[in-house]
Amino acid sequence: MPAPIRRKPHPLERRIVFANIDREDYTPDIECYLRHGGYEDLRKAITMAPDAIVNEVKASGLRGRGGAGFPCGVKWGFIRRGGPKPTYLICNADESEPGTFKDRYIIHQDPHQLIEGMIISSFALDVHLAYIYIRGEFPEGAKILEKAIAEAREKGFLGKNLLGTGFDLDIYVHRGAGAYICGEETGLIESLEGKRAYPRIKPPYFPAVLGLYQCPTIVNNVETLCNIKHIIALGGGAEYAKIGRPNNTGTRVLCVSGDVVRPGYFEVEVGSVTMGQVINDLCGGLKPGRKLKAIIPGGSSAKVLRADETYKIKEKAADGSMVEKEITINDIVMDFDSLAAVGSMAGSGGVIIMDDTRDMVWVLNNLNAFYAHESCGQCTPCREGSLWMRKITDRIMAGGGVERDPDVLKNVADNIAGKTICAFGEACSWPTQSFVLKFREEFQGKSTKPLPPPTPPEYVSEVLIGEHEETPKALTGGVAE
Amino acid sequence: MQIPADLLTKIDEAITHYPASKRSASLPLLHLFQEHFGYISEEAVIWIAEKLELQPINIYELISFYPMFRKKPAGKHHIRVCRTLSCAMAGSYELRQKLCREGKITLPEHEGHGDPITVGEDGRFSIEFVECIASCGSAPVCMINDDFYEGVTQEEVPDLLSKYQ
Repeated sequence: MPAPIRRKPHPLERRIVFANIDREDYTPDIECYLRHGGYEDLRKAITMAPDAIVNEVKASGLRGRGGAGFPCGVKWGFIRRGGPKPTYLICNADESEPGTFKDRYIIHQDPHQLIEGMIISSFALDVHLAYIYIRGEFPEGAKILEKAIAEAREKGFLGKNLLGTGFDLDIYVHRGAGAYICGEETGLIESLEGKRAYPRIKPPYFPAVLGLYQCPTIVNNVETLCNIKHIIALGGGAEYAKIGRPNNTGTRVLCVSGDVVRPGYFEVEVGSVTMGQVINDLCGGLKPGRKLKAIIPGGSSAKVLRADETYKIKEKAADGSMVEKEITINDIVMDFDSLAAVGSMAGSGGVIIMDDTRDMVWVLNNLNAFYAHESCGQCTPCREGSLWMRKITDRIMAGGGVERDPDVLKNVADNIAGKTICAFGEACSWPTQSFVLKFREEFQGKSTKPLPPPTPPEYVSEVLIGEHEETPKALTGGVAE
Repeated sequence: MQIPADLLTKIDEAITHYPASKRSASLPLLHLFQEHFGYISEEAVIWIAEKLELQPINIYELISFYPMFRKKPAGKHHIRVCRTLSCAMAGSYELRQKLCREGKITLPEHEGHGDPITVGEDGRFSIEFVECIASCGSAPVCMINDDFYEGVTQEEVPDLLSKYQ
């Protein structure tokens, strides 16, 4: 394995979860973790009443870091201790939203932080068996976690009667096998039960009611569980809530990729930086001579933002009244509520930057191929629709776009969102809806043939492409002429 | 089907991780089989089903659902290149072409859903375009067997492949 690329934190960062990432002197073994105060927060937590820990998490305002941003304390509050069935905790380490790459570094470089967070959470929720569902493409990560669990067990932090508390806990690593849908929590549970990862019908809306083996289950993201440890470390929920902004507390790991000079991960206080600072300060700006074109702000499923758009947002003025303000893309504050206010989402924290050399039809085609591949196939609108959208953008890219294609794309997407069992329906239709809406001229410019599209929409019709000599963009990295 | 003793130990250990339901061990067992035999054979499906007190269809449906499991052997070394947006913007399509040229792999003219793996003429390498492998900040990325490589340039490809004989 080649040595990882290590980089120093940027002055705008506040590293809490990523405090030990990229340090030259830090190794993933337990001795190193213990030297840096490891498992001290667990020792503190076991002196607290379990309900008190849950209350601290509620007070912290911590919101889930996986994508939906649901308050962690509220989720935990659904669990009733001492019920007839066991409670399970599952760590969702299936990180697979395109644009997101934070959990990889926590797992590879600081695995004990996650395990300590899981033990504290299990203690609070009366969990005796927890699983880490890690994606299949992290074989190295799975080995590191298994080793870390064995080390923790040897030191008495796991197993029977851990640290003399009378509390028993086992954690096992469960590897996925390449399916994006396993990131959906009920799909993940089905997968952990040894089935196809078909998301479950709601209600019940939360696995806290009926989860793994029909027992109460909490599914939390890796970053969320690490934050549990830091809530204890900082001295409780009230202290943690001082970081960030109201309703958007704590830190957030932003993962930036695409057309910037220094892509990478940056842990910042939620809401402490704007989009402009992310691009120009954290990432060193765009490549020379390029102009910003579009940003996907929260993982590939988030709606795209166009660089020359302005947004009207409501802000609290000094006297407490709400005033309307017009902002540009650079002014957008990187927190849950602000990104929602401009019509997108903070999602998983994956920011993908695109400059003026990118062809938006090519970009959407790439994403459509992803969603067509990853639809689990359970609901008809998504199974069929995601493939139709892919076929249409494929055909446009190959030069066979017909005039009504942008409308057809929108129509297909509109008929998926809200009509499926899980949020994948929204995830796969939001890119198409937003790209076609915001970059309509590019789609229309490539969809000029007066012919109707072939029905049923087949892959690249020879009739349509024959007279059109264009190199498929798929082979040119999406760079427009 | 002959199962070596060390594999059997690992299988029995994996099953103990799921005290509530043996069926949960089906994914771990499939991983163990693929690591050991290189792919999941029909015999393996039947063996796993019997071991976990399931019907063979319960195992078949997993192989046909989860992209990582394969029903026939890959090359001696299996290359996975990320295809999704950030890597594609950083040149993963070109990277795949270069890997194919250096690894003596000829991609089929029409690539479909059914069989995403292409094996080279000499069987040394096989290649697969996969969806996001979560390292978008250091794109383009690829995996060779279980080893992960980030920020791979075209120039590095010959050296990279020479490590895998």
